[in-house]
Amino acid sequence: MKVKVDQEKCQGHNRCFVVASELFELDDYGYAHEVGDGTVPPGLEEKARLAVANCPERAISIEGD
Amino acid sequence: MATEQMKARTEAKNGQQTRDWATDYDIFDPDYVRDPYPVWDELREKCPVAHTEHWGSSWMPTRYDDLFAIAQDFQNFSSREILVAPIQPPPDAEASPFYGVRAPPISSDPPEHTWARKLLLPHFSIKAVSVYEDETRELANSLIDRFIDNGRADAAVDYAQQIPPRVIASMLGVPHDMADTFTGWVRNLLELGLTNPELRGPARMELLSFLNNQIMARREKPTDDLISKLLQAEVEGEPVSHIHLLGTCLLIVIAGIDTTWSSIGSALWHLAQHPDDRRMLIERPEIIQNAVEELLRAYSPVTMARVTNREVEYGGRPMKENDRVLMNFPAANRDPAKFDDPDKVILDREFNPHIAFGVGIHRCAGSNLARMEMRVSIEEWLKRIPDFRLEDPSAVTWAGGQVRGPRNLPVVFP
Repeated sequence: MKVKVDQEKCQGHNRCFVVASELFELDDYGYAHEVGDGTVPPGLEEKARLAVANCPERAISIEGD
Repeated sequence: MATEQMKARTEAKNGQQTRDWATDYDIFDPDYVRDPYPVWDELREKCPVAHTEHWGSSWMPTRYDDLFAIAQDFQNFSSREILVAPIQPPPDAEASPFYGVRAPPISSDPPEHTWARKLLLPHFSIKAVSVYEDETRELANSLIDRFIDNGRADAAVDYAQQIPPRVIASMLGVPHDMADTFTGWVRNLLELGLTNPELRGPARMELLSFLNNQIMARREKPTDDLISKLLQAEVEGEPVSHIHLLGTCLLIVIAGIDTTWSSIGSALWHLAQHPDDRRMLIERPEIIQNAVEELLRAYSPVTMARVTNREVEYGGRPMKENDRVLMNFPAANRDPAKFDDPDKVILDREFNPHIAFGVGIHRCAGSNLARMEMRVSIEEWLKRIPDFRLEDPSAVTWAGGQVRGPRNLPVVFP
């Protein structure tokens, strides 16, 4: 499983970072980016799904399962 | 049920007259301010983009998906006017030294919006606002010290209202004893003054004069506060104009005070009436961040406006150019099509993409600051006052319009 933040859509709500700081990092402006290549380590799949569900901008997508 | 309640109370209020909320809403109606939820439920169902001629012609969407779509469409829906009621500038407005001061980036559209927002964002990141957390905690405790032995307090006046203006004062590097003055100015601008130009004009002038002097003083003698940092900022190699900076400082004051104070007040209003929720937060302190999001969803304080840039049809509604659209984010956050059990406060709710801070390019720049202040205010209150209730529910008063929250909130505790 991989997560990806669409930089066109992210507006810096920071909800993904709060629910899954292992998977997302914030730049100086508060915009979120997936950590590394976005690969979700085993055990964090649920957090990845929560990050997707709570993003008000619908900016996060998941590839694979 | 909701409809009957609504009609009954509107009839009771207006005698013979029955207000049709779909075609004649009035967001300043005192009953609506106190309890808007039945109106939203009816509108979402019956007329999801309502219209009124009250306080100037405007449209009001209440469904989550509509609010989302309009907020994303900044090309058709401009932020050049963001107040929910139109303001008639005084006849001598152009003679004012502060003529033309706006509140960028909240009042901006792209392309200005893009750089104006970038100026602010680094100062409101999670990391940047964490600098103020310890001091907010101390402040909360010093406020509680003043009333804890009385067994009662006004949780709005003595607590919620006191916190945000002091945090903003710290950020701007101005003395904390300015806090009450800030609060007065902001109420006269956005709450009482929204429908009363006689209060609004002088408040705007005094606040801008104060900020203007602060900016001048920082030009002379920079410090490490936010005003000084904004003064050092450059856009494409040029310093930011004085008028822009003044507008941004104005925004920081007006956006950072009654909004957060309303959220803290609503949270305490809820907790005063829900012992189970108080217990949940005390027993499971780790859910506080979810709880803050849920309280923001259920009691979203802020409604902003947009104006149409051109004739546009939305949701089958024919909007003319320059029509106002009230961005009822609070109603979106109670939409049953988006949230299960939307009227139920579930502090550990996991699916909660609320748009209390708006959505799209105008997402509240101060959202991390607001969250920090809410979290700390609730945590410290519950540590010291785990058990409390409303002293007299009928004594609770609400402000509404642009920013909704309790203004008097008497509570008692053993």
